[in-house]
Amino acid sequence: MASPAASTTGIGARIPRRELKRLLAGHGRYIDDIRLSRMLHAYFVRSPHPHAKLVSIDVQRASRAPGVAGVLTAVEINPRCEPFVGVALHRAGHRSAPQRLFAAERAVWQGQPAAIVLADSRAEAEDAAELVEIEWQPLPVVADQFQAIAPGAPVIHHGMPDNLAFDFTLEQGEPAKAFAEADVVIEEELRFERQMAMTLEPRGLIADFNPSDGSLTVIHAHQSPFQMQEIFANYLGIPEHKVRVVAPDIGGGFGLKLNVHCDEIATVVASVIFGRPVKFCVDRLESFVSDAQARDHRIKCRIGCKRTGEITAMEIDDIGAVGAYGMPMRFNVAEGMMAVVMTGAPYLFNSYKARTRSVYVNKNLIGMYRGVGMPLACIVGELLTDLAAHELGIDTVEFKRRNYRPKSTLPCVTPGGQRLETVSFHECLERLVGLMDYDKLRREQRELRERGIHRGIGIGTFCEQTAYGPPYYGPSGAAISTQDGCTLRLEPSGSVRCLTSLTDQGQGTLTAVAQIVAETLGIPVDDVSVAGNDSAISTYGGGAWASRGTAVGGEAALRASTILKENILSLASAITQTPADELSLANGQVINSKTGLSVISLAEVGRIGYFRQDTLPKDFDVQLSVNASFVANDKPYYMANGVQASYVEVDTDTGFIRLLGQWAVDDCGRVVNPLLVDEQVRGGTVQGIGAVLFEECIYSEDANLLNGTMADYLVPMAYEMPDIVVSHVETPETSTRLGAKGIGEAGLIGAMGAVWVAVNDALRPLGARITHQPFTPERVLDALARAKLR
Amino acid sequence: MGDVELIGDEEVEVVATLNGKPLKRRAKARQHLADFLRQELELTGTHLGCEHGICGACTVLIDGRTARGCLTLTAQISGKSVETIEGLSDNGRLAELQQEFIARNAAQCGFCSSGMLLTAYELVQGGEKLSRSEIREHISGNMCRCTGYHAIVDAIEAVLAKGLR
Repeated sequence: MASPAASTTGIGARIPRRELKRLLAGHGRYIDDIRLSRMLHAYFVRSPHPHAKLVSIDVQRASRAPGVAGVLTAVEINPRCEPFVGVALHRAGHRSAPQRLFAAERAVWQGQPAAIVLADSRAEAEDAAELVEIEWQPLPVVADQFQAIAPGAPVIHHGMPDNLAFDFTLEQGEPAKAFAEADVVIEEELRFERQMAMTLEPRGLIADFNPSDGSLTVIHAHQSPFQMQEIFANYLGIPEHKVRVVAPDIGGGFGLKLNVHCDEIATVVASVIFGRPVKFCVDRLESFVSDAQARDHRIKCRIGCKRTGEITAMEIDDIGAVGAYGMPMRFNVAEGMMAVVMTGAPYLFNSYKARTRSVYVNKNLIGMYRGVGMPLACIVGELLTDLAAHELGIDTVEFKRRNYRPKSTLPCVTPGGQRLETVSFHECLERLVGLMDYDKLRREQRELRERGIHRGIGIGTFCEQTAYGPPYYGPSGAAISTQDGCTLRLEPSGSVRCLTSLTDQGQGTLTAVAQIVAETLGIPVDDVSVAGNDSAISTYGGGAWASRGTAVGGEAALRASTILKENILSLASAITQTPADELSLANGQVINSKTGLSVISLAEVGRIGYFRQDTLPKDFDVQLSVNASFVANDKPYYMANGVQASYVEVDTDTGFIRLLGQWAVDDCGRVVNPLLVDEQVRGGTVQGIGAVLFEECIYSEDANLLNGTMADYLVPMAYEMPDIVVSHVETPETSTRLGAKGIGEAGLIGAMGAVWVAVNDALRPLGARITHQPFTPERVLDALARAKLR
Repeated sequence: MGDVELIGDEEVEVVATLNGKPLKRRAKARQHLADFLRQELELTGTHLGCEHGICGACTVLIDGRTARGCLTLTAQISGKSVETIEGLSDNGRLAELQQEFIARNAAQCGFCSSGMLLTAYELVQGGEKLSRSEIREHISGNMCRCTGYHAIVDAIEAVLAKGLR
């Protein structure tokens, strides 16, 4: 690698996402900004019932409405696509019913599509949709996880014995004995309501099937064009090399746009049937009833500790309501599995018992959303340890100092089976304590309590599995690539073109890739152009999801640029008759490594390499386009870690919670761009705060969504949010040359743990505890009222 | 059509000023301003995040004041002056804000940015000294799902500080 001084825009430089200049001038091209000629617009007719028999469907009137090209139902759509069976092959006993694109005889969730209307405009499609006449006969509903597993509960999927999708248990050490021997045992029941990813730009795609050559191009606001290429090819029966999926500018992903949504696949089917481009852009009201949702867990958990302060055992029993089916490609076991395998990972203890169950309910599917089950693990571990520390009369920071896994124990495998190699819990904690001035805040908290002001301090420690590798997804049977690739081409002018398999929904992955290439080749970042987001033109890869873009795609870029550097030096050596090992690259020049003086410019190397090969030795092989793919065959993930703190005030009269301060210290290995990383952390943190305080899909007892507008579903807005202090500890991943781990989900995970603990810390002197997320004012007041009754 | 009756499909004439230039068009009576800008004029810099007035992505300026493009019918702009992200970018009036936003990466996906910049523009036009909390309050009608707002507040603060020097 070039010396760090090679460029002020290379690795480590704080440069903004390079697309911003264009996006902030209104020159973005998001999915709904694109129109193709002869394009039809799609709108879906959905089940208004969580569970109902579809008695009859009549599309005659709708088909005659102005501008309508056609209305298709399960009869036309379903046979065109193989059913999805969202079963993870490596999870023994995991069960899911086959999922068809449209409800045929029965709808099993509110919002399940039953018909697609295709018209010349979206407005005409919506108007016509109102004319589709469906007779529904409501059926008994399974609304939540406890109802789902109760004896005699209606079974959602015929052919399955019950509503249980998955039941996993784990036991390490001797938990029964360890709990029996504990001096203090703390037990809690936690509840996490359903929420949404709520990208500001809803989902969308334009499917463009060309009937004359049988090719399919899909412009898809999706985080993984490769995943969708595979699905369109294999499920719709189109030769894979004739399928191209291209992502335009995307208005946020957060995992939502990684899921496989049946309405999106049906849009592609409609394009195949009509032989015309079809656009489907979800509007906000549709997003509430059709976007894959997240969370929905009930957790029982406990911790046992010795009076001396060490943890003897932890236990977690999770049950998640995963909706009506398993999410294709991503399953429905991930949230629960992540929760149980990650709980307590930062702490030293040997005895652990865990169980997670996924159960089907008559609700929309649970899909991928930032953090997956990791925030649940963080909350369980941090709430229990904080409560235990208090019970033992030990300050929570001191408790963490004593119980975190120290560097001297690494590498190790946690009781949950997590391999920790380069984590840095103590360094992160000490940095945090200094940043927030912990002792001062505790003093302030004590003083204010005497005046009836209830403030709380919470610390959220977490591990984060980032950048999954093939040992994680491979055995699941899903065709999900965890490799990424990079193609580089030296242009005759001496600038460089980079083509990556990555995508970018705002994180700045493509900027980080440009910095890595610029650094290695000793050129300014402005001399590197990066293209990605396209399944047809780059090497095969994964995309940007699961905090993987820079860690995996960045490593591929580093490897490709190292090869290109060697090739450039070899060519320069042939041109200048200087030994290649005496040459290096800096400031757009090939330089003499010893003197630092320019030997030849990259532009001159490019000119000769492309136009004057006649001046080179006869057998000299000029290769100025190079390619590298990267995946760690043996790594299930790169484990990142961090710790956050929240300072909150609870108004005990109104139940309102105010965030007064938020601090985040993260260790994502080598930081390629501190500005982008800081902003990832801040953005994730606010999503985490939103989850704990506001966000909830409110359902009635019979599974009807009650808050399907943004006026009723609260998200964090600027006024309620605090400033967020961010800092980094850098412990590089040792198995890659780049040394980067992921950062995308860290902010959310740590913030959720910190806010949970802080609010409960504030309520502690009042004898109240709140364990039902989100912590709405009503729930806060209920918790206070319960405490008074005690 | 027979059994299909549509309301609001009749057209109205709209005479207004758009980004400093005269505009004379016919528009569907039921079409909101953001759809009109995006679909009829291909000014796609104005985004739609909710279409029910909450998220602020569709914010435009009408006679210099921020307004929701999704809650304004096209017919309502007659006789008024409308400015969008395209116009205010082209004439350079957003340049300072854009520069400070970009310098801090005060946008990630960029989807909220048009609306956020216009809201910020209205604020900095006032030229008052404002606390971070006041800045936060003013932009609380614009949802950003990516940044966590901190950097946006920093950027607006920086522009306000320059104006006060």
